[in-house]
Amino acid sequence: MKTENQRAWWLVAPVVLLVAFNALVPLMTVVNYSVQETFGNNQFFWHGVGWFQDVLNSERFHAALGRQLLFTAIILVIEIPLGVAIALCMPKKGFWASVCLVLMALPLLIPWNVVGAMWNIFALPDIGLLGYALNAAGFDYDYTQQPLSAWFTVILMDVWHWTSLVVLLAYAGLVAIPDAYYQAAKIDGASAWKVFRHIQLPKMNRVLTIAILLRFMDSFMIYTEPFVLTGGGPGNATTFLSIDLVKIALGQFDLGPAAAMSLIYFVITLAVSWLFFTLMTRNEAK
Amino acid sequence: MARIELDNLAHSYASRPQADSDWALKRIHLEWRDGGAYALLGPSGCGKSTLLNLISGLLTPSQGRILFDGQDVTQLPPDQRHIAQVFQFPVVYDTMTVYDNLAFPLRNRGASPAQVDARVRDIAEMLELSDILSERASGLGADGKQKISMGRGLVREDVNVIMFDEPLTVIDPHLKWKLRSKLKELHQKVKVTMIYVTHDQTEALTFADEVVVMQDGEVVQVGAPVDLFERPAHTFVGHFIGSPGMNILPCEVKGGAAFYRGEHVEAANAGATVNGAAKLEIGVRPEFIRFAGPEDKGGAAVEVVHVADAGRHRIVETRIGQDRIYVLSPEGADIPSGGARLLFDPEKTRVYADGWLAGEQ
Amino acid sequence: MKRLTWLVPTIYIIFLMLPIYWLVNMSFKTTNEILGGFSPYPVEFTTENYVTILTDPTWYWGYINSLMYVSINTVLSVAVALPAAYAFSRYRFLGDKHLFFWLLTNRMAPPAVFALPFFQLYSAVHLFDTHLAVALAHCLFNIPLAVWILEGFMSGVPKELDETAYVDGYSFPAFFTRIFIPNIGAGVGVAAFFCFMFSWVELLLAKTLTAVEAKPIAATMTRTASTSGYELGLLAAAGCLTIIPGAIVIYFVRNYIAKGFALGRV
Repeated sequence: MKTENQRAWWLVAPVVLLVAFNALVPLMTVVNYSVQETFGNNQFFWHGVGWFQDVLNSERFHAALGRQLLFTAIILVIEIPLGVAIALCMPKKGFWASVCLVLMALPLLIPWNVVGAMWNIFALPDIGLLGYALNAAGFDYDYTQQPLSAWFTVILMDVWHWTSLVVLLAYAGLVAIPDAYYQAAKIDGASAWKVFRHIQLPKMNRVLTIAILLRFMDSFMIYTEPFVLTGGGPGNATTFLSIDLVKIALGQFDLGPAAAMSLIYFVITLAVSWLFFTLMTRNEAK
Repeated sequence: MARIELDNLAHSYASRPQADSDWALKRIHLEWRDGGAYALLGPSGCGKSTLLNLISGLLTPSQGRILFDGQDVTQLPPDQRHIAQVFQFPVVYDTMTVYDNLAFPLRNRGASPAQVDARVRDIAEMLELSDILSERASGLGADGKQKISMGRGLVREDVNVIMFDEPLTVIDPHLKWKLRSKLKELHQKVKVTMIYVTHDQTEALTFADEVVVMQDGEVVQVGAPVDLFERPAHTFVGHFIGSPGMNILPCEVKGGAAFYRGEHVEAANAGATVNGAAKLEIGVRPEFIRFAGPEDKGGAAVEVVHVADAGRHRIVETRIGQDRIYVLSPEGADIPSGGARLLFDPEKTRVYADGWLAGEQ
Repeated sequence: MKRLTWLVPTIYIIFLMLPIYWLVNMSFKTTNEILGGFSPYPVEFTTENYVTILTDPTWYWGYINSLMYVSINTVLSVAVALPAAYAFSRYRFLGDKHLFFWLLTNRMAPPAVFALPFFQLYSAVHLFDTHLAVALAHCLFNIPLAVWILEGFMSGVPKELDETAYVDGYSFPAFFTRIFIPNIGAGVGVAAFFCFMFSWVELLLAKTLTAVEAKPIAATMTRTASTSGYELGLLAAAGCLTIIPGAIVIYFVRNYIAKGFALGRV
């Protein structure tokens, strides 16, 4: 049982100060921009919720949001089951488990633009291994020209980059299951599927919640990797929300719309995260 | 239900066992009759869990055979041995109800729903789980979960033996005795062979008809609780069982008589041959020592160091030279302070040669 | 069936290694060979790309800059997260749950949202183009993460440890630094690992907040890609060098990675 102690605030104070400095000041700046109009010369005029209306009604935003949701949905559907499957097949302890963990964690520690650059090179239709192999196999593949190829590459890159995170989480959940559960299941005559359904899956519930949340948040915020790989193209085919936002804010310096879009974007991320979280934990509490 | 024979069973976790210490279990030879209640008792790491896992089939022995009713089951997987096991930490299937948990082993074996239902309700009744059959198993306390674990073993009618691996470790003290007597009651009802592994002497002695005491991968004594108490075959058993354990004192044996610090001590087996033993000791339980009155002659002259009140009796710690001797003094008896003399009950005092009861090896 | 399970992780790891192999392959090729066409391994093997990077200050300072702000951030994040995580794991106080949730929401803020305001904020406080600016900015997502991981580890330490220490006459600071922190050593390692990782891989904010003095290696690479033509070999070599620090760190914490995930709580 935790004891009530208001002085604990002193222990939390440094964290609050640092995070607040980084979070609240920029957030207020964004809010400020989002309700004003400027014509240059540092002159600002009250614009109310105009920018919000513009953004919410703009087809460009709808398109970017649509692409974003589709992308996130696809990678969640691929990465979560794939990660769990790999974790199930992985050795659980000993030398080979260490080898697997180290090699699998490697993509997670590569700077995101290097990931983009690496795939940029890897997938080049003429001199990249992937592009060359696909074309040699008879596919008409060129991610710089065809939207479908670009999508395929961006998704494959994300699977390459992040499935390991799901594997590591699922592995952590699996090794935390005491041997007695497997032994009891053996004695009870349970099949491999029943062991998975009634022991492994329920015990991984918590880490999978974390995995889905993290993968949702990070894929929803993805910027650097597709930006370096495709630059959002061809056309706008892989222009996800973050890429579009940076284009507007830093490319066109449309501060008002960019700020309004930032806030809408942030709120969507929060809302969906919260939805996931409550849905999954409610299931657990039952 | 089955009679169990362990034929020269040995097990090592090392792939190529070299030294003696590589063996978790060293040549066990035992026979257990059908329907008996047995306990495996010993300190942590003595090999008792290994032995249990060999019987259940979770481990395959390095050497030897296991026979159920004369049939060799050494190479059979656990689900074909018709055994059940209750683990130290309660294992329940969290997503299922109590009912489904109990039905699980039967459904896995393709029993019909009617059979399953009848059997589950029967066992639930026995375990007093009937009222909570539709509740989620994950919401129960440790004792409830442990009952379900037992139930999953009991529902199967084909079960040869049910094994318990320190099943009361995580149970609250006030519920322990309740669950223990429930277990005893169940054994009398269903008459299935039960093997109970524990390091707790009270649990072993109250549950079992016959206790197997183990140390360092070896069986040191097999016997009824009263034998272990009154006639320990090894100083380890004497020391391990009883609270406080048996007093073990260095001695000499000359011409069929035992001497402690030069004083003659009468011992039940003093006449046994002890030639060639490196270490000679006498063992006597604190329960079988009394303080000498003025009318008594002889006895070991000791100094009373400490008296601890243990409710119905008192534990007196005495000292003689480097040795400490514990005496159990009944309620109301006088305890001398300072110097005193101790008398050992000759019938219950025994000589041990190299740890083993002299004359038995 | 059972014997084939090793195939799944093996195929996955091969899939992981292929793009990395291709990057290494490219890094040892000359520009001529790269532009000349497809070849599965370097025919005209050269280390010139690496020589260029390791002798040109604009290149190798990128690495030093990156390592500097990553180190500052890791130390800072873990140092302030430790007492906070202790407070969350041991005490109830006004607004504790809301505060914890608020901290975590910052993990959900898209960096793109903050890029421009960060630029203005750090310019206003005259920290623009310093290592400290990037280190502080990365605190936004690393501190919540560190608090979260450490809180999980600390909740696993029985409260009796604290009580015993106080009974023994330890003051809070002495107890915390000499007894408590050594007790959750693994947790501190895991938290530091994740702070290192997320600070090392992030580019958007690091690039926005630096110009010359503190420019990270990742940003130097994007410059190469965009301005000085098509120097793929050089780019590949720089990329290979950014993988090394991560690989070293992973090797040291390999036994704790999984644990860190398992003990962090939602």
